[in-house]
Amino acid sequence: MNDADQTTTTGSVTRMTEQMTGVGASETPDGLRVSDLNIYYGDFLAVRKVDMTIEPRSITALIGPSGCGKSTFLRSLNRMHEVIPGARVEGTVLLDGEDIYGPGVDPVIIRRKIGMVFQRPNPFPTMSIAENVLAGIRLNSKRLSKSAADDIVEKSLRGANLWDEVKNRLDQPGSGLSGGQQQRLCIARAIAVEPEVLLMDEPCSALDPISTMAVEALMLELKSEYTIVIVTHNMQQAARVSDRTAFFNIDGTGQPGYVVEMDLTEKIFSNPTEKATSDYVTGRFG
Amino acid sequence: MSTLATSMTSRRMSNQGHVAVGLATVAVGFAVSAALNGLSPSWVIVWSFMLYPIAVYVSSRILEDRRQATDRLVRVSVTLAFVVVVLPLASLVWTVIREGAARFDATFLTGNMRLTPEDLAAQNGGEAVGGAFHAMVGTLIVTSVAALIAIPLGLFTAIYLVEYGRGRLVKAITSMVDVMTGIPSIVAGLFSYALFVLILGPGTRTGLAGGVALSVLMTPVVVRSAEEMLRLVPNELREASYALGVPRWKTIVKVVLPTAIAGILTGSTLAIARVIGETAPLLVTVGLAQETNLNPFDGRMTTLPVYTYYQYVQPGIPTDAGQSRAWAAALMLVIIVAVLFTLGRVLARVLQPKGMR
Ligand SMILES: Nc1ncnc2c1ncn2[C@@H]1O[C@H](COP(=O)(O)OP(=O)(O)OP(=O)(O)O)[C@@H](O)[C@H]1O
Ligand SMILES: [Mg+2]
Repeated sequence: MNDADQTTTTGSVTRMTEQMTGVGASETPDGLRVSDLNIYYGDFLAVRKVDMTIEPRSITALIGPSGCGKSTFLRSLNRMHEVIPGARVEGTVLLDGEDIYGPGVDPVIIRRKIGMVFQRPNPFPTMSIAENVLAGIRLNSKRLSKSAADDIVEKSLRGANLWDEVKNRLDQPGSGLSGGQQQRLCIARAIAVEPEVLLMDEPCSALDPISTMAVEALMLELKSEYTIVIVTHNMQQAARVSDRTAFFNIDGTGQPGYVVEMDLTEKIFSNPTEKATSDYVTGRFG
Repeated sequence: MSTLATSMTSRRMSNQGHVAVGLATVAVGFAVSAALNGLSPSWVIVWSFMLYPIAVYVSSRILEDRRQATDRLVRVSVTLAFVVVVLPLASLVWTVIREGAARFDATFLTGNMRLTPEDLAAQNGGEAVGGAFHAMVGTLIVTSVAALIAIPLGLFTAIYLVEYGRGRLVKAITSMVDVMTGIPSIVAGLFSYALFVLILGPGTRTGLAGGVALSVLMTPVVVRSAEEMLRLVPNELREASYALGVPRWKTIVKVVLPTAIAGILTGSTLAIARVIGETAPLLVTVGLAQETNLNPFDGRMTTLPVYTYYQYVQPGIPTDAGQSRAWAAALMLVIIVAVLFTLGRVLARVLQPKGMR
């Protein structure tokens, strides 16, 4: 998928998806390969030496105690980490074999390929629901015909399980929705630009159980097309939705966080290798 | 007053109680005024105003409880402070309207000060001659020039400070802006005058020079207010935009500025209001003209504050003709500021983000 494809999106979210799958047959997405990643805030090493393979078209859950660097790690996967002054990383993150931290790589392009949903829903207050969905495309100055735009809005909102709730008020402000609806709007906004990978930082922590179920169901649907990485504090959620789980831990404040172990989710929750992991997932932590 | 105190009600003063406290205060005010200032109504009012918070506190401490008393004390003091601020303002506006209305007529609104001998004779006979049209357009032109310079400059500086700037340069710019805020307006005027004299030769007085002088005063105000507004835009929105693969400059233009635009507009309106009544720098840079001059690049102009000043200190004969023109010009200035505020408010309303109204 190159930029030229995106420029001519005319009415063809589906065509593009076909195209992507078509490409996929010969060139299967490779997921993310993280090796030897150290993440810093200035001089403070927040996360040390992460080696991790994130399988394509699956859900990877990141769990661990507060402050162990899950968000930091997640944000380093689409180069959002460096937005913070002084923040930097060492190491490599390969997306389909290419290092996103390689020389000359444009973070802006990486972020188009690796989308992100934040803990707190953050629709753009100046935009309507439809404009919010289209924001990623419009703000990247892609010209869109009215019908192509309508198609993308509908497809993305359907994709985010929100279409039926908002189809009659697409031109109203996104901030007028409930928290759960706003979060799904943010997911729709993220998938509208058709990223390969979707990063979600505690996407359900501000949501009620019903919206949470809706978002979880959505993740399970989305994983057929997207590689999903989710940070969660909810063990049941990690167990319910994820294929693989990574457990992060920290030895004490001021120490860097690190990955204790990563494995199939069933294994992590039933029979983890490390004692720290079993203590954490069974609630005997600390 | 002696309501039965259960565990959930507290003792409250009755309405009659409040009236009694008020009357008692006035009585004491009367007595104090009589003793100290001789009995004058204004002093009675002043003393009553000053004593009322104390009276409220003491009576509430006795009849209610400590928390109620503190609450009442703060509420009364805040309300009185508000009244103290609003009263002079209301009185000022009222005086300007009363005095200015006399000459706020068609001749005044359309004419200028190029007076023929016949006009002067008529003025001697008590007729209304002379106007301030030239001063009105002068003020509008000079202020527009200032706004055209200061608003983009201030906004860009604020964007730099909030979105791009790092470390020492930001500190330096911020303190420079603070210093600029404190520049006396006459100094700004002399600066601009000297600048234009250097470029165009001695004695140059133009609307442009006035606009430059005012922009020196206006820029820091714009920077400060725009900076505040940009900082109010939640970082989450910027991050949401970056995460969609939107470059930084586009995030600023399409996400940050639209979110902050209402506040930026209000701030800019305030900045204009801050300079529109400046007199001293315009006296130096723009000077005075009897006729209408629409060209800010050439020749002197009259502005409303300077016009008011001259009509007041050199009213001509008879003096009250000039003085009523001064009042009418002051009224005009007040009206222009009021219109400007209304426009700013309406625009801010229209541009306010849909979800934030
Ligand atoms: N902007 C920042 N500047 C400096 N240090 C930071 C910043 N953000 C996070 N940190 C530090 O990095 C470490 C990891 O923080 P992070 O937010 O990644 O934790 P987390 O695992 O996501 O925690 P939680 O579960 O509470 O969200 C913490 O020690 C935190 O104090
Ligand atoms: Mg976090």
